[in-house]
Formats: sequence, C-alpha cells, structure tokens
Amino acid sequence: MTVKMKTHITSRTQGVSNKIVDENKENIVKISVKDFNFYYEKSQALKNINLKIKENTVVGIIGPSGCGKSTFLRCFNRMNDMISGIKYEGAICIDGKNIFDKELDIVDLRRNIGMVFQKSNPFPKTIFENVAYGLRINGIRNKEYISEKVSRSLRNAALWDEVKDRLNQSAFSLSGGQQQRLCIARALAVEPEVLLLDEPASALDPIATAKVEELIHELKKKYTIIIVTHNMQQAARVSDYTAFFMMGELVEHDLTSKIFTKPSKKITEDYITGRFG
Amino acid sequence: MKKRQITQVLGFNFLRLCIALVILILAVILYDIVSKGMGQISWEFLTSMPKDGMTKGGIFPAIIGTFFVTVITALLSIPLGMGCAIYLNEYSKKGKITRLIRMSIRNLSGVPSIVYGLFGVVLFVQLLHLSTSILSAGLTLGLMTLPWTITASEEALKNVPQYYRDGAQALGATKWQAIRTNVLPYAVPGMLTGTILGLSRAAGETAPILFTGAAFYLPFLPRSLSDQFMALPYHLYVMATQHHAIEKVRPIAYGTALVLIVLIFCMNFFAIFIRYKLRKVRIK
Repeated sequence: MTVKMKTHITSRTQGVSNKIVDENKENIVKISVKDFNFYYEKSQALKNINLKIKENTVVGIIGPSGCGKSTFLRCFNRMNDMISGIKYEGAICIDGKNIFDKELDIVDLRRNIGMVFQKSNPFPKTIFENVAYGLRINGIRNKEYISEKVSRSLRNAALWDEVKDRLNQSAFSLSGGQQQRLCIARALAVEPEVLLLDEPASALDPIATAKVEELIHELKKKYTIIIVTHNMQQAARVSDYTAFFMMGELVEHDLTSKIFTKPSKKITEDYITGRFG
Repeated sequence: MKKRQITQVLGFNFLRLCIALVILILAVILYDIVSKGMGQISWEFLTSMPKDGMTKGGIFPAIIGTFFVTVITALLSIPLGMGCAIYLNEYSKKGKITRLIRMSIRNLSGVPSIVYGLFGVVLFVQLLHLSTSILSAGLTLGLMTLPWTITASEEALKNVPQYYRDGAQALGATKWQAIRTNVLPYAVPGMLTGTILGLSRAAGETAPILFTGAAFYLPFLPRSLSDQFMALPYHLYVMATQHHAIEKVRPIAYGTALVLIVLIFCMNFFAIFIRYKLRKVRIK
C-alpha cells in the first residue's frame, strides 16, 4: 500500500514538473462544469452553471456575498456532501470524469483536489506534522520520504526559509499569513492537481496578502487554481480568467483582462466599478 | 454616594456572603469528619478485616470491594459512553430523533440512584442471573454513570473546532480517520475528566449497590466477580444506622467516611491532573 501510494505520487510529480507551461499554446481543458444545479434543503444555490477551466490557469470567482461562490467552490471536492439535504444536478468533470459518478471514491477526489479555507486553519500540531498530516492519513510511513515531501511542500509554499529552524514548534506560533501559507503547503503535500482557495487572503494584512498572491502566481505553473475572492483588485491581479456570479447564476466568464476592461454585460460592469455589491 | 453605587456595593457583598456560606458549610463538614476520623486511621485500619461483629478491626474488604466495583463501572461506562458520544456528535443527523435521544440521556442523569438500583436488581440479578455480585453492582453503577459519561464526552467533542474535521477530510481523510487522528486526540482529555468525575460519584453511591451486591458484613475478600462484596459507602451506612452498637462503632464510621472522601478527592484530582497533562502535550 505504502509503496504503491508513493510511486503513484512520484510519477504524478514527474508528470507535472515535465510539463512546460507555454504561454502561447492553448492549455487543455481540465475541468468542465455542465448544466450544473445545486440545491440546499430549502433553496437552490446554483443555477444552470456552464464553465470550462483550462489546465494551469487561475480562475477567480467574484460576486456579492451570498451569490454562491463558496458553495460552488466546495462542489469541486464535494465538501458540501457533509451538509444534509443537499442535491446536485448536472456534472462537473475533471479530466473528463464526472466527480458525481457513483463509482468515484470521494477520498481519492479530495486527495486530488486540494483546498485552502477562508480562515487559516492549521491543526494543533507542529509545523512539520501539519504538512505531514495528509501523507500520514494516506498510509505513508516512510520517514525519509515524508520529511523530504514536507520540506519540498514548504518550499513550494514559500514558507521554508521562515520555518526551517522551527519545524517542531506549534503551528499556532506562526503569524496569520504564515499560517495560511502553511495550509497551502499542507494541501500541496498530497500532490493535488487542482487547488481550491476560498478567500485565502481575507484575514491577512496587505504584506501577507502580497506574499500569498505571489505564491499563487508561482503555483499555477503546476496546478490549476480556482480562487474565490471578495477583493476585486485581487481577482484582477492573480487570475487569468474571472467568473462573475450573482444570485446563484454565472453571469459572465471570460479572460480577466476582458472582464475588467470590457465586460459584455452591464451588471458585471456595475459590480466591478463598485456601483453595488 | 449615588443609588446605583450603593446597589453595586450591596450586590457584591451579597455575593460574597453566598460564597462565604458555601465555603463555611464545606469546612464544617470536612472539619467534623477529619477531626473525628483521623484518630481512627492507621495502617491496620486500612488493611485488616472487620472483627467482633464489626466493632473492631479494619475496613480492608470495603476498600477492595469499592475498588473492584468501580473498575467494572469504568469498563462498562467508558467505552459505551464514549462510543455513544462519538456517534451522537459526529455521525448522527441533526434532527428531531437525535434531539429526542439527547434529551432522554440528559433526563436519565436526573433519575434517582435508588431507581437504578432496583432496575439493576431486575435486569442483572433476576433476568440475567448474575446474582447479587460485584458484577451486577458494577454494571448497575455503570448504567447510572452512562448519561454523565455521554454528556461530558459530547461536550468535549463539541469543543473541538469544526475545521479540524473539514480540514482533514479536505486532505483525503475518511470521516473516521478525521475523527480518530484530528478530533479524538483533542477531545479525550475532556472526555476522561468528565468520565472520572462520574466514576467518583458512582464510587460513593449506596442505593444502586444496596440490592445488587453489597453485603452487610463479610469477613473475607471476594474471590470472583460473582461474589458479594463490602463497599465503603454501604459500610458507612451500616455503621451509622444499622449496627447493633451504633455508639460504639461511631469512630469506625468516621474513619470510613474519611477514607471514602479522600478516595473521591483523589479521583477528582486525578481527573484534573490528566486534563492538565494532556492539554500540555497537545499544544506542543
């Protein structure tokens, strides 16, 4: 089991690192959302969403509070399944496979789709153990492999230099921005292909925010990233594509440069220019 | 002085009076028992059998009996109670039925102990033929402690933030993995503390063991779980109210009371100690 898991992860790593992102080349579609509806017990939260997300791009999801952004994000790794009384319709395909397929193992799905929550939420463990957690629950016991993986994940999350001398201290001893990057490192350690970021910088000061945004730029070379944000400037800065949601509907989805300069719908323009929201 | 300041001063002093009164009562009880029971305590008192119709000798069989009965109580109520709490807090769907179950459990903790005692007779002694024994008494006390264990354990689980569960599952942990590795380690100190407090209460109970296994006088130690036994609280009850020479055995009664109180204090301190200890470990 351990060996299998390890080879599985390494082969995937190599696959990712060999891939060179060519700015001119059209990236392949990683995720496609088809006629997707989502219902809570008493209301419909998402209405007929259609969306294609390309590999190694960052998609920013913006929209007023309560428009269904976070609900949408939590559909990709099926975190909404924990809520009772929910219902899905339509499909979300990742690499062509529908994630709502009955055959699909939800544990595999979540390993493949990393998520970083709004509030930085390190576990009450050491910095090292936080990052190692995902590996351990996936049955990896090899100590050298784990420590190698932890340091690589911390480097990829641009946190290594700040914590390398205190890996055995509590994760709570880190600052807010560091904690958030630790959570990103924790998600990276299990080698996901897609990263979901739910307002990752909403509780951070401008300097820490800048660091996280820089990191997102770096990460998109390897991962496909979907980020929910309240902050319009942030969406403009970090995302290649922007999707604007309102009242559970996808109003507009296009290149970020287009959405922020020449949106095709009046309501998008109104929202972006701050006329409401 | 303004009126509301006067109210404030009066209010504070009233609250001070309340706390002083409570401490006073506690102090009087403790002083009475310690001063009259202390003279009785000796190595011999703790380790020898009662003699001459319990007018002389020690309380060794009662200490041993209470110990074993408490062990049986713990063996029943810890796994069962923690299991129930985990199910209720982590797995059960929130709804009317769960609320009803939870409410019933809370209500069970208010059922008088004599009712548990009689229920124990019917269930364990008569129906399951376990006879009046350590086992029957321990199981009866276990049932009585369950609502406490479940409630305390559930509170401890509730105190673990939701994101420990979500975060773990988002990394690909199954629900049980998330609970085992990221919830239980932080809930166990609280669970144990509540459970031990419940056990210490059970160790001091008389009514549930009265009909299910405690013996008036046994000049020997129980040899198996199906033997009757002497227990500290029941022994105290006997010495204080049922003995033929009550005045003569009064010092023994005080000695027994002191031993029982010290035992229960020790258990409570142990509960506080492990909570403190485990809390330190987890922050590291």
